[in-house]
Parts: sequence; structure tokens; C-alpha cells
Amino acid sequence: MSGIWIVIEDRAGRIGRISWEAVAAGQALSAQLSLPVSAVVVGAHTETQAAEVAGKKLAKVVRVEHALLEHYTADGFSLALQQFIASEKPDYVVFPHTYQVRDYAPALAARLGEVLISDVVGIGEGPVFTRQLIQGRVNGNYRHAGSGPCLISVQAGAFRAESATAGAAEITTFSPTIEAAQIRTRPGEPFRGSAQTVDLGSAQLIVSVGRGIKEASNLPIVEELAKVLGAEIAASRPICDNGWMAMERQVGSSGQTVLPKLYLAVGISGAIQHLVGMKGSQCIVAINKDPDAPIFEVADYGIVGDLFEVVPALIEAVRSAKQ
Amino acid sequence: MKIIVAIKQVPERDAQIRIDTQAKWIDESVMQYALNESDAYALEEALQLKEKHGGEVVVVSAGPERVGTTIREALAKGADRAIYIDCTLGQLDALGVARLLAAAIKPENPDLVLTGLQSEDLGLGQTGVIVAELLGLPHSTLILQVEKTETGIKVKRELEEGWFQSIELPTPAALTIQSGGNKLRYATLMGIKRAKTKEMRRVTAEELAVDAAPVVILEKVTLPHKQKVTQILRGTPKEAAVALVEKLKFEVRVI
Repeated sequence: MSGIWIVIEDRAGRIGRISWEAVAAGQALSAQLSLPVSAVVVGAHTETQAAEVAGKKLAKVVRVEHALLEHYTADGFSLALQQFIASEKPDYVVFPHTYQVRDYAPALAARLGEVLISDVVGIGEGPVFTRQLIQGRVNGNYRHAGSGPCLISVQAGAFRAESATAGAAEITTFSPTIEAAQIRTRPGEPFRGSAQTVDLGSAQLIVSVGRGIKEASNLPIVEELAKVLGAEIAASRPICDNGWMAMERQVGSSGQTVLPKLYLAVGISGAIQHLVGMKGSQCIVAINKDPDAPIFEVADYGIVGDLFEVVPALIEAVRSAKQ
Repeated sequence: MKIIVAIKQVPERDAQIRIDTQAKWIDESVMQYALNESDAYALEEALQLKEKHGGEVVVVSAGPERVGTTIREALAKGADRAIYIDCTLGQLDALGVARLLAAAIKPENPDLVLTGLQSEDLGLGQTGVIVAELLGLPHSTLILQVEKTETGIKVKRELEEGWFQSIELPTPAALTIQSGGNKLRYATLMGIKRAKTKEMRRVTAEELAVDAAPVVILEKVTLPHKQKVTQILRGTPKEAAVALVEKLKFEVRVI
């Protein structure tokens, strides 16, 4: 066994914040278990990424490199990491919980007779890994009981990227054996959905609406509230799924990430996928009829009540305050 | 095209949640249940593919007896028949559940296995991928559209931050479906009537004889600690609204 290994993810050579958060999670685990922590970068040309990662306090950085890893495929990445794990025998493997990891890490774990402990938000003594259940309403503590490596993926924003300590790691290369025929899928180039005309990312004030609005015909009251506040309007995923609002106004893991001065959530319960897109807002206000809704976990101010009564009252109050 | 859709029954979205006395799971005695949302989209995709290309849609679901109502709902929407795996999900981990599903699916030799991208209760987002691995099928996740091609299928996969990607896969294949790709249908009165006569074959976990020893254990469930102190503004809607505007004007300074 050889300690803790972080799987770094990059897109076109750029390493995202969530990978540094995974490094911080690995270092936290290392402090608890007194195990060395190292990292792997996976791809066809990983020299620059490896050099960047080697600037962190890590025992080793390994370039898992093969021409067939140029474009991400679940088959290619699973095979490469399966061989790497067989050779290195790690105790723990830490992934960032990205869409890509969700695509291949469960299959990789199954090949090892293991189960990925996915979307982890905290690591406790033991170690015990905390995940959110029932749309964030309940926390569950998980323990690894398998005989092989323990695989976990960490949720975006759950660990602080800034806390990943700096250092100088040695870089080596691992060459997996992959045949072209083993890669069964043919991925195309990523593309943007439609021309992005709304930049919620730079909006200062956002009024966002969720399932609580019940019907598309009720949307005008929330639009009116946004108008009197001078705010952009946004929505949680179900509203856009129903076609009630353009997809580009969706906030959350599959939509935009926003950091406004004010995020006013109307009738949004606060599923994890939504919270990751807005919890960095400076001030969060929630209006919801359910006092136990997870949105109140992150809200600075809350009104528990029927939005069809509260929103019209709020429009009036904003109007008189602006006079 | 023969399509298997794996569906899960989950607690209803607005249900009040209480922790059970052992703090091992939520109190199920008062719970209302519904079909997992992304599984509903997986079923919809399967029904539309069948309408276009012909074939059969078979739903499979694992759980205690109450799961039967969710299976009937899927049959009422248009699935042709169902396989019901009678078991207690209890301490099974994702691999244990996927082994049961894979064992039930394998003899069916489907062209396509669909399921939702994740459940609303455990939210692991892994079952479909593990089933693919156990069946030796190529897979793709977070799929919004499926098109039949000469040699297999072409899918539209969702990436992060508003990006997408097309992927070609040979069939048989397994996909996990993201919500929002289609418009969901409702069961018609005729559909509900016909569902009563459709085949729902019951198999037990024992008959499927898979290794169920968990490698990951849910030890304890707790209510989350608040990350922030939320100031709840009380009173009538009008009083609360006025109090909020005060805060927005003098503390947040956005009015």
C-alpha cells in the first residue's frame, strides 16, 4: 500500500479549482492517517499540468500518459487508472466530483470490487466520510469496509483550495497498456448549447425562482420583483427543464455559477446541484414555505411563508423604499 | 429495439424527513413515495425510442413491496412489462444493488439499458455506470438525447457550465439520463387500466444469488449543522417583507 493518491482533472490543459480542493482533501486525510499524499495527471500530453501540480506539497506526481488518453473516454481512463492502481496499490484515491469522474470512477471502482464514496463534503475521524442524502436534508456518514483501495470523490466547494500547501514534488511517468479496440465510445468535440446572451456570472442582483412557483403562468410576479429591484432573473433546473425559462438562466452545477451581492431565492428548496452554483453569493435571501428546506442552510435572511403572499408584499415594500 | 429501464422509488420531494430511532436511516413509517425524477426521464426516452423504432420497453426495479405502485405507474405510462426484484435495500451498497439489477437484466439481452443519472434519496449517481460495467457494456452518462444510427447510437451528453458533447456508442449500451431532455407524459386513464393486465414478474434477491456483502457502509445519518446563522424574518407577509427591505437597504445596501 502506498498512501493517498489524488486524481487531478484538467480541461484542455487547465486544472480547475475543484482539483486543488481534492488536493486539500487528500492533505487533510494525510494529516489524520499519517500517510503520504501524491497525485496523478492523466492524458496524452501532461508535462505542463504535472509541473503545476508538483508545486504542491506532495510525495510524488505521476504522469499517467498514453496517446489514446488524448480525449477523455470512460474506457480509456478506467483502464489506465485500473493499471496504475494495480501497480501502486494506494490506500485511498481521491477524485474531484466532476461530471467526468461521475462518468468513469464508478466503473473503475466496480472493476476493483469497490464502491466510490461519491460527492463527499467532509472527512471525520476514522476516517468517516460525510455525504448529503435526500437532496441535502440529511447527512450520511460512510465508512469503507472493502479490502482494496478506498475511493472517494469530493464535492465542489467542500474543501478549501487555498489550504492545499505548497511544496516541490518529484515527477515520474506511468505508461498504461491500452489497445484502440478497448475504447468502445467515440467522443465528439464539446460545444456550447446556444449563444449565451445572459451573463449571470457578472450580475450584482439576482432573483431566482424554483419549483414553488408551481406554474409558468405564475412567473410574472417573480419577474415583477426582479424588475423593481433592478435584478437579473434566474431559475433552478426544474423551471428550465419545463421550458418555462431559457436554459441559459439556470443556476447550478449544470448551469451558471453566480456570485452576486444579493441572491434572492423564491420557492427554491435548495438541492445540492443548485447550491453549488450560488452559495458563494455575498447575501442570500430565501423565501420558502418549508422551514426545513436546505436553502435555509445557506441563507442569511429567510422568510418562511407562501411566496404568493410574500412576493407581492415584497414588491410593494421595495417600491415604497425606492420612492 | 429492446430497452430496459431501471427505475427507483424514492421519498416524495416535499415529504417531512425524520431520522429513525437507530439513526441508521430516515423514518419510513410515515413516508410517501414517488418515481425518481431522472428515472422518469429515462422511461420517457425509452418510450419515445420505441415509438420511433419499434421494440419493447421493460422496466426493472428493486425494493420492498411498496415499489409495486411505482412499477404500475411506469406500466401505465406505456412500458410493456416489468421485472420486480423483491428485496430490502437496507445495507446494500451501490455495487450490491447494481449486481441485483445486472443479474435480472442479463438474460433479457437488451439493446439498451437506461436509468436516471442519480437517485433523489441517496444521490450516489453510480448505479447505471456500475450496471454497465457488470454487463460489459459501453456506457455514457448525463444524456439528454438518444439517436439511433447504422451501427449503434449517437447521444448528446451534458458537460458542466452549459457545454455539451456528442458521443457515438455501439449497441448494446447503457446510458444514464439527465432530466429535461424530453417532456414527460402522464399516464392516461386507458394506460392505467391496461397496466393492471401487464406482466410484472417477481424475482427475489435469493433467486438472483449475487454477492451482497457491502464494501461501503452507511453508519449513521444526522440532520445537517447549519453553515450560516439565518435570520428568519417573522410576522405577516407584509411585516416580513418590510423587515427584509430594511435589511436590503441598510445592511446589504442593494436598494
